[in-house]
Amino acid sequence: MGEEEGLHQTPFLDTMFVRGLKRKCFDGEEDIEGTLAGIKAIPSYNLQRQSLLDMSLVKLQLCHMLVEPNLCRSVLIANTVRQIQEEMTQDGTWQMINTQSTGQASLDRLVSTDILCRSSRDQAEGKHVPAYGTFNKDFENDQAQDSSDTMSTASAVQAPRNLQSSVWEMENPQENKGNFQKSLDQIFETLENKSPNSVEDLFSEVDNSYYDLDTMLTGMMSNTKMGHCDSLETFSSSTNTASNSNCKSDLNDLDHIVEILVES
Amino acid sequence: MGEDTDTRKINHSFLRDHNYVTEVEFNHTGELLATGDKGGRVVIFQREPESKNEPYNQGEYNVYSTFQSHEPEFDYLKSLEIEEKINKIKWLPQQNAAHSLLSTNDKTIKLWKITERDKRPEGYNLKDEEGKLKDLSTVTSLQVPVLKPMDLMVEVTPRRIFANGHTYHVNSISVNSDCETYMSADDLRINLWHLAITDRSFNIVDIKPANMEDLTEVITASEFHPHHCNLFVYSSSKGSLRLCDMRASALCDKHSKLYEEPEDPSNRSFFSEIISSVSDVKFSHSGRYMLTRDYLTVKVWDLNMETKPVETYQVHDYLRSKLCSLYENDCIFDKFECAWNGSDSVIMTGAYNNFFRMFDRNTKRDVTLEASRESSKPRAILKPRRVCVGGKRRKDDISVDSLDFTKKILHTAWHPTENIIAIAATNNLYIFQDKVNSEMH
Repeated sequence: MGEEEGLHQTPFLDTMFVRGLKRKCFDGEEDIEGTLAGIKAIPSYNLQRQSLLDMSLVKLQLCHMLVEPNLCRSVLIANTVRQIQEEMTQDGTWQMINTQSTGQASLDRLVSTDILCRSSRDQAEGKHVPAYGTFNKDFENDQAQDSSDTMSTASAVQAPRNLQSSVWEMENPQENKGNFQKSLDQIFETLENKSPNSVEDLFSEVDNSYYDLDTMLTGMMSNTKMGHCDSLETFSSSTNTASNSNCKSDLNDLDHIVEILVES
Repeated sequence: MGEDTDTRKINHSFLRDHNYVTEVEFNHTGELLATGDKGGRVVIFQREPESKNEPYNQGEYNVYSTFQSHEPEFDYLKSLEIEEKINKIKWLPQQNAAHSLLSTNDKTIKLWKITERDKRPEGYNLKDEEGKLKDLSTVTSLQVPVLKPMDLMVEVTPRRIFANGHTYHVNSISVNSDCETYMSADDLRINLWHLAITDRSFNIVDIKPANMEDLTEVITASEFHPHHCNLFVYSSSKGSLRLCDMRASALCDKHSKLYEEPEDPSNRSFFSEIISSVSDVKFSHSGRYMLTRDYLTVKVWDLNMETKPVETYQVHDYLRSKLCSLYENDCIFDKFECAWNGSDSVIMTGAYNNFFRMFDRNTKRDVTLEASRESSKPRAILKPRRVCVGGKRRKDDISVDSLDFTKKILHTAWHPTENIIAIAATNNLYIFQDKVNSEMH
């Protein structure tokens, strides 16, 4: 109880959900959480939050393949994920600096913020971009198309949509095609380097391989991660075909990603 | 006499075993009740006229017509199925002997015309009674065909099909008070249609971001104002309402009024946004108020006050501590509807375990009732139910942990003038009538 007081968060009183997880992650967490003997019985806030994050990612990835996924649900889940990410960034959990008691919450936040502040402001936002490259596939599932079409017409001009005028228009498959081109362009954009330097900046200080599309799909994590690694691997829909290579510039990997997006 | 203060409902239940009821809607007089189901069918019930011989048979609803509104489709471009499930039904105001309604699935809206035929011509010269051509040599005299009465036949024909208007899933349709236009809303866009024109529509709201990665909010429901043909409201997944005036500009992306309640910091959690998402919005009959439903509450908004609702009612606050489980099993995304009674004094909404709730705005009293075969026999009076949250438990109380979350009442409708309600509980439809007319008005 004391752990959650300082956070102004509704405690996760529902233990039904975390029961299964406790068994898997408890060992991993024990080293870190060992000092908190008093609350060992209750999964820590961080563990719960991590579980929520993992569950949300699974929900986003497991879509009903026959029918279009519910966009409202996807958006709400994605927003929840972003909230968790932001909070984890703020209290430094992201860098595994501290996962202990939040009695020192404010001080820890100062430290973690300090570290983040070393990089540019854009880094925090930039970090979300590849993440949404992943979630984007859910939003764009409804515009999935043959991958070969996409590759050949990747440079096609987008179908013009006159949003601002009061034209009476009919939406048709033609526009859908244009939308898909556009959205795939977006995905490619986030995956490719806009400029090599900015990417270096993005990834130099902070280990956000968590957001790496490739990592997500393969369920692999870098060595610096501990604890919630296990839970991620448990939940992730691992496709072991993708290597750990940098998917940002490899066209073959893009092909593979498009395949996964299209779920052909 | 003590029963006068209780809400008495008499149960006429119609059982349909073969599909989930996904929409319930009374027409403007309440004579007809349309239901849509997951299989794309629409069933229309008609109220029997009250007969003085049987006072207890006060206007029961019987099946009037059944038709297949939508069929499953396959979008070859996207390799995805388009469900035939009926999302919304809206009646048009009756302008002649025929009735008309709009029904929609995820993509296509259809206008149906319902007509009655109770006469047919007889006595043709060239055809016999079965329609076969007569042998001309047997025709010796001419006759004039006459109209003879026949058994009532209800014919339903599709008059218009409004297709290809939506890339995303249609969640609401609303007929304008001008009776000429209607709007359809999907997750990101709202289109304005003319009832007679099917090959084009007018986009009036578009919240699709240029970059889909920036998408954080979707449209969840929308409705035209009941009296002002230029006003409509739409709700969002972030819990806000936007009132738009079509006179202001052609594209109503800029709202005229934004209704939003600031978040309560003490209640904040990772689920705050999800439970604030508005699942339904309904104007009051008077046009002065709006009713919204989010996951845990119903709220009444005054059109003149944008800062907060004027009334908030807890539907099932005992679920607040269960949000994590409800998120896991996806129940937190359930979209409940809400309804006003004819005089705007009582509001109703569904909940879990086949419970539905009613709130009297004047007396501030509320009641929980159950729609199920087990708990109510035909003509029985519904007994108020109670959910207990630990602590003292009275007899017949249900504990939170034994609630059945698969039995959800998402769709409810209230007769426009009388105390008759229609409740859709999974694949059953319940119609309840209030035998004591006084206290609820």
